Amino acid sequence: MKQKFDPKKNYEATKNAVGYVPRKQATQKTYDDLGFISGLETHQQLLTKEKLFCRCPAGCFHDSEDFDAEIIRHMRPTLSELGEYDGTALMEFKTKKEIVYRVKNRTTCTYEVDDTPPFPLNREALEKAIEVALSGKMSIVGEVHITRKQYLDGSIPTGFQRTAIIGVEGELQLKNKKIRLIQMSLEEDSCREVSDIKHRRIYKTDRLGMPLIETVTYPDMVNPDEVKEAANYIRFLNRSTGNVRTGIGSTREDVNVSCKGGTRIEIKGVAHIKWIPELTHNECFRQWALLKIKEQLNSKTDANKWAIKVVDIDPNSFKFKYAPLNAAKTNKDRIVAINLPYFKGILSHFTQPGKMFADDFSERLKVIACIEKPNMVHSEQFEQNISEEDFTKIRSLLKAKDEDAQVIIWSPEADLKTAIEVIEERCKMAFTEIPKETRKSFGNGTTIFERVLPGADRMYPDTDSAPIPLENDYLDKLAQNMPVPVYERFNQLKKWGIPEDTYTYILKKNFVPIIEKIINELKFNPVLVGTTFCHKLKFIEGQSKPASEFNFDKIYDLFKYVKDNDLDNAIIKKMLFIMYEHPKMDFDSILTTIGFKKVDQKNLITQINFLKEKFKEIQVSGDDLDGIATSWIMGQLRKTAIGNISFKDLRNIIEKEL
Amino acid sequence: MSEDIFQGYKGQGLEILKKFNVRVWGQTEVETTRGRFVGTVLPRSENDDDMHIVVKIATGYNVGIDITTIKNMKETGYKKANYKIPEKEFPYTEGFPKVKLIGTGGTIASRLDYRTGAVIPAFSPGELYGAVPELADICNLTTEKLFAVFSENMGPEQYKKLAVAIGKEIENGIDGIIIAHGTDTLSHTAAALTFMVQNSPVPIVLVGSQRSSDRPSSDAALNLMHAAKAAGHSDIAEVMVCMFGPTSDEYGLLHSGVRVRKMHSSYRSTFRTVGDTPIAMINRNSITPLKQNYNRRRKDRNVKIMPYFEEKVAIIYYYPNMQPDMIDSLVDNGYKGIIIAGTGLGHVNKLLYPAIERAHKKGVVMYMTVQTLWGYVNMFVYDTGRDLMAKGIIPGENLIPETAYIKLGWALGQTSDPEKVKEIMLTPIRDEITKREPYNGYLIYQGGVPEVEEFISKFHK
Ligand SMILES: [Zn+2]
Repeated sequence: MKQKFDPKKNYEATKNAVGYVPRKQATQKTYDDLGFISGLETHQQLLTKEKLFCRCPAGCFHDSEDFDAEIIRHMRPTLSELGEYDGTALMEFKTKKEIVYRVKNRTTCTYEVDDTPPFPLNREALEKAIEVALSGKMSIVGEVHITRKQYLDGSIPTGFQRTAIIGVEGELQLKNKKIRLIQMSLEEDSCREVSDIKHRRIYKTDRLGMPLIETVTYPDMVNPDEVKEAANYIRFLNRSTGNVRTGIGSTREDVNVSCKGGTRIEIKGVAHIKWIPELTHNECFRQWALLKIKEQLNSKTDANKWAIKVVDIDPNSFKFKYAPLNAAKTNKDRIVAINLPYFKGILSHFTQPGKMFADDFSERLKVIACIEKPNMVHSEQFEQNISEEDFTKIRSLLKAKDEDAQVIIWSPEADLKTAIEVIEERCKMAFTEIPKETRKSFGNGTTIFERVLPGADRMYPDTDSAPIPLENDYLDKLAQNMPVPVYERFNQLKKWGIPEDTYTYILKKNFVPIIEKIINELKFNPVLVGTTFCHKLKFIEGQSKPASEFNFDKIYDLFKYVKDNDLDNAIIKKMLFIMYEHPKMDFDSILTTIGFKKVDQKNLITQINFLKEKFKEIQVSGDDLDGIATSWIMGQLRKTAIGNISFKDLRNIIEKEL
Repeated sequence: MSEDIFQGYKGQGLEILKKFNVRVWGQTEVETTRGRFVGTVLPRSENDDDMHIVVKIATGYNVGIDITTIKNMKETGYKKANYKIPEKEFPYTEGFPKVKLIGTGGTIASRLDYRTGAVIPAFSPGELYGAVPELADICNLTTEKLFAVFSENMGPEQYKKLAVAIGKEIENGIDGIIIAHGTDTLSHTAAALTFMVQNSPVPIVLVGSQRSSDRPSSDAALNLMHAAKAAGHSDIAEVMVCMFGPTSDEYGLLHSGVRVRKMHSSYRSTFRTVGDTPIAMINRNSITPLKQNYNRRRKDRNVKIMPYFEEKVAIIYYYPNMQPDMIDSLVDNGYKGIIIAGTGLGHVNKLLYPAIERAHKKGVVMYMTVQTLWGYVNMFVYDTGRDLMAKGIIPGENLIPETAYIKLGWALGQTSDPEKVKEIMLTPIRDEITKREPYNGYLIYQGGVPEVEEFISKFHK
């Protein structure tokens, strides 16, 4: 008797066949075997008062439900030079999305919604962008040309992003390796998505038009940790200039990954650098898995002869218990079953941890055909939604063979044609290629289909803006206030003997300049300063919230105060805590708050002598009476000592007095 | 003719290209004091300086290179871009109305050449079908490019030619006409055609776009679909302007050609009917009349073409302390008619009185209109008005200044007899002068007012 097909077993078997290992077990050899290659596109908001092409305020955000007006647009693809629509264009057009923009008067004018041509480029933004490009050692252009880059997803109401190259061909020195930079551009940020349900996608326009720089690297990274390191270095570089915004959403990474024989897949908008290693690891294996699928399919049949079969399903002839199918029946949606010849074992083929090939159908149905999930049932689900009896009936309707797989989908009549095409197209691509697409990332390291990857050349000049010349004198002037390069900062931190586990935090926060100032001007011990900034401050930041915005420059004042008042360093940590929580409190008050009293050495000796007598009253016996006495007196004076004398010095004095 | 291999480069920039033997479209490597650039040399815009060379780099972006930083340049290849628009035949559907699209020079549809960034106009039916395939679901379209001038260069010559061409099309049995036109002077042409093409049995629809069709958010395609719908399917046999109602991609409005005006320099919904309501709302599925007193579509072909225009006509936009020589100079230069856009109900200052009297004596006809655009001229209310009428200025009722200008040119093109001109001017051909203004003829909402804000938040702008 033939054994029943077990999708779970198949999933595990294919996972093994692909050779998937968790990242912790992967070595450089793992990645070399896969041919792991990755590059980065880092988007970083600039810290400016106004937006890039209009005079609306930058960095004012509002809730999704707080808006003054709504505007509707539909994006149409424009023909490319071959008279064909490119992949994205076609897909976006197929979806027939109605794009709704929620506009708030305070943050959006007629420019953002494309009812007014651009105002001259924001000079503050240009200057800040040039400074970053210079610190990335880039070749700065002689004349900035504003270019339009097409986007059809509606994220920008014009349908294109205004963007301009500031520099090309730079480099970034990582710890052990140089990463080459392709270019850095200055561009306007896009809308924030509010929702995307069926045929309606809603955006808000507060972020739209804010100045952003995009730094693009060559695909020089050969393992996931290197990608993370490069991402961190670009972040350090950007922040070292002091020209950029910090906080949620101010830095977003697009990560490009490919494997040997694979294709460049763009993981879009990765919000946290710490996600990058897992995401790139999994993406590389996903492509590897798709190549295995391709191999398998081609060994089974000829792609050119492969064809799907579709039959209508009348829900009244079945005993469906699955709620979405019954809802489809109520909504009078059309339900169809599709036979996929030779796809048995492919649908449940491993692609990512916890994901199988068939998931791609579902994701594409949502994005391209605008059918909300759950939007399908298939023959290789771990938990089946359709009874074996019904499935047998469907198989016989489709005249399916044993080596085939089946998918059942439902949708309004208008979207069904696209939906069937989506499945057919994805299957056909499985024979020939890894689909070029952008993918959306999740914290668990997996990705889902986002959009078809746009063609490379969707650029054309912005006829609304004149080119901006960048004179040598101007660049020379900007070059004078360049920040110290990141790798030199690393060396500096090392030289100071500051523990290495603090570097990321210190560089991320751009603390080196202030640490340097404290060490050089106030002559504090570098290790003390470094650990104060990193271990203590990081701890405090995690523990409490400042009453008002905390200005980190005040930490210099704190060190200076301690020095000027001849306080002991141990008090810095205590003061920092109060100071962080109450940024407006002056240092004298902070001392009062922590109950500090200035006690000079003479006074201390008096106290020690008093306690010495007191100790004698406590009848203690033992071998090392002096030692016990010292510890007891230390205990009594501990609180008084903080800020006045180090414990070490205190102990010495006590021992001397005894 | 030798080919221009240095397109747009001049002065020092041209010298550099010649020195290093690099052509436009040449793939080049440039060594500069700022680093190395690799890409294709692009043509330079004529108006830009001669200190930079434009290069398209591998990622598709354009950058300018300062020629004073160039140390060396080398041409490594050459690839000239060819513009060619593939045509698809516009499908013919039995039973669909025959619509003619007449081009005047504005680009209603176009396509992009990403390699060069050039915007290539699409105009033939095949090209239009490629750009806006939905047109084939509306009508059987044919096209004719009558001339290629920018909107601002449209004038009497073009008006007359257009009118004659329209007459021919109607005679030949067309079901509707679309005129593609730049938006700046769209309403002037619409007014001229209203006067020159009278008693049309079919719709004549003027259409343009506020956002060029090379961008995905362009209004061109939807405007064109609306225009095709209006021309092919509506029963409104008028000269109309068809443009966006709101700035949202929702519906268009059909405006009377003599009451419409461009009211915003860049908005999509820039065209507004002034002093009345539009004739109809239109979307891809339906036409909703807002008025009933329009001319209905007819089967006959009895159109009357009156292609006349006197060019010596001017508009004077009055401002306080305007000096009489403004009018004197027109008279001395042989102008035969003047439209004055006066303040308030139709006023100018006393300073101009002698000049006005002089003009009147020389036989120059003068009509008063209002700068307020909305409302009627009324010269009886104040002495100033009565004075002006006594000096020969004729109140132009609620003629929009631009419409008045077109109509006066058209009237003077037929006769120089002031009495006959007056009769033509004050006898409405369509609704350039209306007997009454409906309460909703004037609607300018004041932003910021709570009830207006509430309205805007509920309806799409
Ligand atoms: Zn703005």
